[in-house]
Amino acid sequence: MSNPLEGLAAALADGSVEIVDLTHTLDPDFPVIVLPPEFGQCARFRMEEVSAYDGRGPAWKWHNISMNEHTGTHFDAPIHWVSGRDVANGAVDEIDPSVFVGPVVVIDCSEGAARNDDFELTPEIIDAWEAEHGPIPADSWVLMRTDWSKRRGAEYLNMADDGPHSPGPTPAAIEALLARDIRGFGTETVGTDAGQGSHYSPPYPAHYLLHGAGKYGLQCLSNLDRLPPTGAMLIAPPLKIKGGTGSPLRVLALVPVRTGSGERA
Amino acid sequence: MTEKLLPPQKKNPQLRQMVPTLPPQMRSRAALGLTSAAARGVFSLQHCEACGTVQYPPRDACCTCLSVDLAWRETARDGTVIAETRIHASPDPYYRERLPWRSGLVRLAAGPTVLCHLHGDVGRGDTIRMDLKLDKAGQGVMIALPQERSPDMEDDPQLRELTAHPKHRRVLITDIRSPATGPLIEALLKAGASHIFVGESESWRRGSDHAAIAALERVSVMPLDVSDPSSVKKLAAEIGGKTDILINTARHVRPGGVLGSDTVFAREEFEINALGLMRLAQAFGPGMASRTADGVNSAVAFVNLLSVHALSADPQYGAFSASQAAALSISQTLRAEFRASGLRVINVFAGPTDDEWHQPLPPPKVAPKVLSKSIVEALCEGLEDVYCGDVAKDLEERWRRDPKVLERELAGGA
Repeated sequence: MSNPLEGLAAALADGSVEIVDLTHTLDPDFPVIVLPPEFGQCARFRMEEVSAYDGRGPAWKWHNISMNEHTGTHFDAPIHWVSGRDVANGAVDEIDPSVFVGPVVVIDCSEGAARNDDFELTPEIIDAWEAEHGPIPADSWVLMRTDWSKRRGAEYLNMADDGPHSPGPTPAAIEALLARDIRGFGTETVGTDAGQGSHYSPPYPAHYLLHGAGKYGLQCLSNLDRLPPTGAMLIAPPLKIKGGTGSPLRVLALVPVRTGSGERA
Repeated sequence: MTEKLLPPQKKNPQLRQMVPTLPPQMRSRAALGLTSAAARGVFSLQHCEACGTVQYPPRDACCTCLSVDLAWRETARDGTVIAETRIHASPDPYYRERLPWRSGLVRLAAGPTVLCHLHGDVGRGDTIRMDLKLDKAGQGVMIALPQERSPDMEDDPQLRELTAHPKHRRVLITDIRSPATGPLIEALLKAGASHIFVGESESWRRGSDHAAIAALERVSVMPLDVSDPSSVKKLAAEIGGKTDILINTARHVRPGGVLGSDTVFAREEFEINALGLMRLAQAFGPGMASRTADGVNSAVAFVNLLSVHALSADPQYGAFSASQAAALSISQTLRAEFRASGLRVINVFAGPTDDEWHQPLPPPKVAPKVLSKSIVEALCEGLEDVYCGDVAKDLEERWRRDPKVLERELAGGA
């Protein structure tokens, strides 16, 4: 029997499968979630020079870096949320690595999010998506495309006096995804939940329901507009942090390239 | 009358920038009592406890009775100029660059006759108000000032050498979100600052007074996050060569002792309050230190806002107090490192400030406006250590009297 990876290797070599980077650059000034100031805060990414081919190390340059597990483009493990605290193998170092590579579907909410900062992903939108693209396969990643990753500076968190305003799923939408037994849910915003997600019941439904069900989260993704609705493969392995609740990571997608006629190869 | 100081011309790029020089530094240990008084803006002289003689210059024994029981006490400032001279030639590099220089003999009402600097508005026969100031070498020196304020008296070149006056100078205030920043901008502009840069961290969070402050004339808002080395370096590369006064208003406060608090908050406090100060000093300090003789808008001062609990911890704010003690210690090293340049490090100590992090504490608390007034006063007067508000003044006095007693008092209980 032939090696099934040979086909993939050939497709990568001839360009019929391309690799799309879904990751933001780790930058000290990249927004992180902002909680009320009396709570502990998510550390920003920081980088300090240890040496730069100088007296501190003549032939080499390197940095000490520091950040929160949930800084930049990052992965949420079940134990991140109180509802998932007792999930078996719920820390990033315990998760079966087969989870980190798998099929991905993309629900395009970019039109709605352009009109409404508080745009909601609802079960109706999921049903409509399935009517067009077929059922969401079990054990696949579901990403909510909003083009939010194209926003810069203050527009990204979009903070107002009543909190941040950014799109996200309703509790019913998350229930609908769980009914389809998805692997995890990912967004382009700073969290898997809407900016105003604390006002749902339960508060932060994506975090609460997904992690309670042992599912995973991805956030601060970018380039989702370069993914097809179906047919791509996601590679998202978090760092193997002992007892880690999440991890910054490089998220890649393998995407079949359009042919000249506009069809997928 | 003092000639009004005009805004500086643009620099001639073909002329070498003046290198900082210092006035003579050799003084006796006894004379350091003058430094201590001048740093705080008090006028103290040696008083003999045995015979009551007030003496100057400071010595190890009384010049009348040889007693060594000498105490530094606040002394009446008034005196009469009995002789004046204008020096036109000097072998000393510092004075050569600043000639002519006026000095004179003043008979103080308290007793001694002193050789001192003369403000331009005083002359022989005048009754004067004597002041102790720190010179560029960090020595306490006397300058005879007019008894009544004269117009533009702060512009006198000899007095300006002894202060860090903001007039015609460019100031960097490091944190737009500090409650003190608004009133500070107002007070500095009123004092004649030519331009004010205001640092803003994390503009993506919104919630700062960005629009209102950026709209002010002679004020620019710049990205600056003292907890991020790259941000500090980037701003220093942009405006480090024209920062004459740096006022560090960035600070992080969280209530709580040591046992009950986690180290996440403490780390943030040290990152911003102690290491942030260090990053600012490393990025802006060398440039400022090279420009302390650069004419009307030379670099003059690096200002820190500290809690008075840098001296003795407030157990209700344990980790914060520790970060303040660390910042105080860093500022002392900076003083030593900037000494050769004459760049002044000013510490403004305040008690609990009137903000959300001290909300449940009873008054008196330091209002942002009062704090900003203290800072500008420190610059105008050329002080080094300022205690702002009743709580800070009281704590400093108790600390001076007996640090152990103060520690026990702050520990509370019976």
